[in-house]
This record gives sequence, structure tokens and C-alpha cells, in this order.
Amino acid sequence: MNTLAEKYPQDIKRILAKYPPEQKRSAIMPLLFLAQRETGQVSPEAVQEIASMLAVSTTEITSVMGFYTLFHDHPGGRYRLQVCHDLSCALNGAETFLEQLCRHLGIEEGQTTSDGLFTIEAVPCLAACDKGPVFQLQGDGEIVYYEKQTLESAKALLETLRQRAAGEVTP
Amino acid sequence: MSDMAMLNSGAENPVDEMVLLRHRNIPDIDQLSVYLSNGGFAAFEKAVREWAPAKVTEEVKASGLRGRGGAGFPTGMKWSFLPDKIWPHYVVANADESEPGTFKDREIMEKNPYQFLEGLMIAAYAVQAGTAYIYLRGEFWPVAQKLDACIAELERAGLLGSNLLGSSYSLRLYTHLGAGAYVCGEESALLESLEGKMGQPRLRPPFPAVAGLYNKPTLINNVETLTNLPPIIKNGAAWYRGFGTEKSPGVKIFSLSGRVKRPGNYELPLGATFRHLIYDLGGGIPGGRPIKAIMPAGASSSLIKASDVALDTAMDYEAVATLGSTLGSASVIVLDDTVNMKWLLQKTLAFFRHESCGKCTPCREGTYWMSLIADRMASGKGRSDDAALLGSVAGQIKGKCLCPLGEFSLTAVQTALSLFPEDFAA
Ligand SMILES: Cc1cc2nc3c(=O)[nH]c(=O)nc-3n(C[C@H](O)[C@H](O)[C@H](O)COP(=O)(O)O)c2cc1C
Ligand code: SF4
Ligand code: FES
Repeated sequence: MNTLAEKYPQDIKRILAKYPPEQKRSAIMPLLFLAQRETGQVSPEAVQEIASMLAVSTTEITSVMGFYTLFHDHPGGRYRLQVCHDLSCALNGAETFLEQLCRHLGIEEGQTTSDGLFTIEAVPCLAACDKGPVFQLQGDGEIVYYEKQTLESAKALLETLRQRAAGEVTP
Repeated sequence: MSDMAMLNSGAENPVDEMVLLRHRNIPDIDQLSVYLSNGGFAAFEKAVREWAPAKVTEEVKASGLRGRGGAGFPTGMKWSFLPDKIWPHYVVANADESEPGTFKDREIMEKNPYQFLEGLMIAAYAVQAGTAYIYLRGEFWPVAQKLDACIAELERAGLLGSNLLGSSYSLRLYTHLGAGAYVCGEESALLESLEGKMGQPRLRPPFPAVAGLYNKPTLINNVETLTNLPPIIKNGAAWYRGFGTEKSPGVKIFSLSGRVKRPGNYELPLGATFRHLIYDLGGGIPGGRPIKAIMPAGASSSLIKASDVALDTAMDYEAVATLGSTLGSASVIVLDDTVNMKWLLQKTLAFFRHESCGKCTPCREGTYWMSLIADRMASGKGRSDDAALLGSVAGQIKGKCLCPLGEFSLTAVQTALSLFPEDFAA
């Protein structure tokens, strides 16, 4: 497997340039995001590499990873659908939407479909409270908002993503 | 009419010419050329070319601008706390925006990014910081992409970099993403996070103004606060005081959500009434149902029981306090008569339990137990003394938390129990 330094030399340079040279530790979170860009999870090798790059211990990296909910050390689906179930959205049908979506995919909240494509997660407020039900789609190195969702619109999106995945030749 | 068209039509919003949400008046203002041709960066230029840093601070003090991140602290005064014997100074824009019900900073950054960046640059000039960071919640990755592109554009245009506008002042801006933790909106936790650590609040003093990022003097301001600066510097403090009230001058973005027909962001002078926002602009409650309560500051609010007096209260820092609540970041969540307070507390407490950083026991254990009790009450398995138990746990935590998050978890609990006892009758 390629190291981060081999894969992303430009990105790493750009990230490190943001912080004073004696405060490299600030680069932990940006580098963790970089490490999980492709696969959605941070591998133990990447943790090692970041630790030595920034001259901190691996324990420090893993404790940072553990604190924040957006870092993952275990595989999820290729696409994570993070549905807001917080107050304002819940007042506008988000809980029903979440339930329907889970039923449609045949999984429970927090689980991944058996084909490994989709994980559904209930998350706190996404700062789109006037446009609920809303979810964020994380996958393929991107994060995209989907607002004012219905089961129908979400189904259509899932279908598009399925086709995108099927259309690719696996290496 | 589509929602956007509705929000755009001047008649819907009494401030015809927006001060902050200028993209609703001027299409494509997120393009640098359009922003520039509409007076963009005139304020920054005026500050750097003609004004000493202290004069900028004095003007902001005179404007009466208060922090829009929640606490309402006078902005100019905060700037003057940075000691001029310790260098370098840093400025951090707080773009964590994670309070349930709050969605104003995202609209500013997505639609009117240059005004926000210009504001950040003015603040940085005023405290003579050479580096400023924008700390965005991790979910705002697409917003950070956009800001990065804007920053690159400003560098190309010579508005960011070394020796700006022929002066000796140099400035660089960088975005930094958080990774899913509400507590990182609290300024000292935010700084820990920016330093690559777990986002747990620091003991204070020292305050960030003296020992902040990398132990250096640091100014932290909310995105909306900063976005007010270009018009203030350009048009003057007296002009800004033409909006709002004596003690709460200026304009504010109200994020309206919950059980209301037309949710959205509304820019209004401080001091507009709840009735105006919820009924005239928001269209009232779907199905014409009665309004039950208002949460003026998102999930952290003390509840306001709806009444004619409450609805006719001015939304400014002082008047909302007379209702036993706070304006906070003005995230107005509307609850109608179908909302049961057990359900509401289940929701808010699940949030605070999830977001407690675990550093201090009262908050960590308290939010856990309160959430557990609220869950069983909401699911109909409550015990007869659960409401009393909930109130007593809340009482035990009060005043014992290291940061305000712990206290925020109590406000809805205590006000729901006292204002709506009928919802908890066993
Ligand atoms: C738990 C908690 C969460 C907060 N979240 C935010 C936030 O998301 N955005 C923000 O600007 N301020 C937030 N604040 C307030 C900040 O600590 C700080 O007061 C503010 O950024 C100062 O900027 P201002 O003076 O411009 O308002 C939060 C405070 C607490 C205690
Ligand atoms: S009050 Fe809660 S969030 Fe704040 S420091 Fe204590 S445990 Fe952390
Ligand atoms: S409550 Fe769902 S986005 Fe804010």
C-alpha cells in the first residue's frame, strides 16, 4: 500500500504550510481527513505515518481520532448517509424519514447494507434546519448536502449511486 | 413562489437593502469581481491605507456591535483586551455553527463569502495579526472548499499576502476543519482542537485574548459578527446605530425553524418582535395551530411560553432576558401545541449527552442520567416521580460545570418543568 507521502505530496505540503513549523501538531486533523479521503477510514499504517511526520505518539493520534465523530477506524459503507434527527428537523418529519430510509434499505440506523454500499447514521444538527429532512452524503472523497428530502428523492439518489458503483470496473 | 424567490422579495423583509445577506439583493456577489464592483474591500482599503489599527477598534466600539456567536459581548471591547506586548497575535473566525436551530453562518459563507472574509481581514488588521484561521465544523467541508477558492482569488488580486496595499501590513488566511464535536464551538475547546488536540474546554483564566492559540493573544469572533464589519467601517458607527436599539444596535440574522410555514434566515434590525418574525415573515404555524413555546437560542434556550406579551416582545438582548431567556445566536425554534415537552427534552438531552466532552463529572454524568430519564418518560415507561427526579438532577449540576455546555443542557429542562407541568403529569 502506498504511503500518504507518496500519494498526496502536494496536499501534505499545503496542509503543513498552514501552521507555524514548531506547531506541526495542528496538522493532525487535516491529515486524518486526508488519510480517510479514499476509503472512508484511517488505517493503522496511516496513523503511524502521521505520528512520525508530526513527531507525536500514535496514542495521541488515536485519542484525537476517538474524540471526534467524523473519523473512522473501521470500514463503513462506501457512502455514508448521515441523516439529521435533531430538534428542528424532527419537528418536520426527520424521524419518519429516517425510519423509512432504513426500512427501504433493510437495515437499522448505524448499519451498512450487505453489498457494502450504504451506511445510514442519525446525526446531530447539520445547520440546515429550515430545510429538513436533510442528510449529508459522505463518500468518494466528498461531502454533499441533500436538503428537503423525501423517501422518493432519496431512493432516486441511492439508485444513481448504485449505478455509479456498478459502472466501475473493480481493479 | 419558490422559497428562494420569497426570501428574495424585498417586501418580505423590512430591511430592504440587506446589510449582511447582500446576496439576496445582488446576484453573484460570491464572485470577487461582483463583490468589488459593489463596494467590496473599500472598507479594508480605507482601514489599511488611512486608519491606524486603534482607530478601527474605536469605530467598532462606537458602533455598539455585540458578538453574534451567542454571548453578545461588545466586539470592540474584546479587541482591546489583546496585550500589545506579546506577539504574534492571532485571529480565529468561529465557523463551528453547531447549535441545533442555527444555520446563518453557513448561508453567509456560501452566498456572501467575501464580505465575511473582508470582515475577518479588518479584525486581523485591527489587532495586527499576521495569520488568521477560519475554524469550520467538519460537515462544512464543501464550504471550506469554497472559502479556499475565495482566499486563493484574494491572493491573486493582491488583497491577501505581504505588504498589502503598499503598507507594511501582511496577512494570510487559512481554513481549518473540525471533525464533529459541538463543544468545539466553545472558544477554548476550539483552540485546543486547532492545536491538534481533543476539543475540551480550558480552565480560565488565562483568557484567549491573553493566552490563546499557541499560548499567544488570540481574538475569536463569530462569522456573523465579522460580516458586520465592512459596512460598519465603510458607513460609520453612527449609520450602524441607525438600526436596532440603544443597547442592542444593528442588524441580526434570525434563523427561524420548527413548526412554522416559512422557515429560513431573516435579516432584521435587533428589536423586531417575535410576532413579526414568526407570523408576518414566517407565515405562522402550519394548519393555523396555536403556538405553544419559543426557543429563541436553539436547543440551549430557556423556553418562552407563548403569550401575547411574549410575542410582542422585542428580539434584542435586553428584552428577551426579561422573559427569562436569552437571545443567544437568535436561532428561533417554534413549537406548536402538538409538541409534548417530554419529547422535547428527550431530543435536547440526547443532543447534550452526545456532545458532552466528558471532562467534568457533573456534565458527563448529569447529561447521561437526565437523558435516560427523559427517554423513559417520553416512551411512556416513566415512573411517577420522574419529573421530580429530572428536576433534582438538573439542580445538582447547576453551577458545577466547567464550560457553559453543561449549563445549556439544563435550561430547557428547568423551564419545561416549571412552565408546562401539565405535560409531565404522570
Ligand atoms: C458549547 C458552546 C458552543 C458554542 N458554539 C459556538 C458556535 O458554533 N459559533 C460561535 O460563533 N460561537 C459559539 N459559542 C460561543 C463562543 O464560545 C464565543 O463566545 C464566540 O465565538 C465569540 O464570538 P463573538 O464575540 O463574535 O460572538 C459557543 C459557546 C459554547 C459554550
Ligand atoms: S461542562 Fe460538559 S462539555 Fe463543558 S467541559 Fe465539562 S464535560 Fe466538557
Ligand atoms: S436540526 Fe436538522 S439541520 Fe439543524
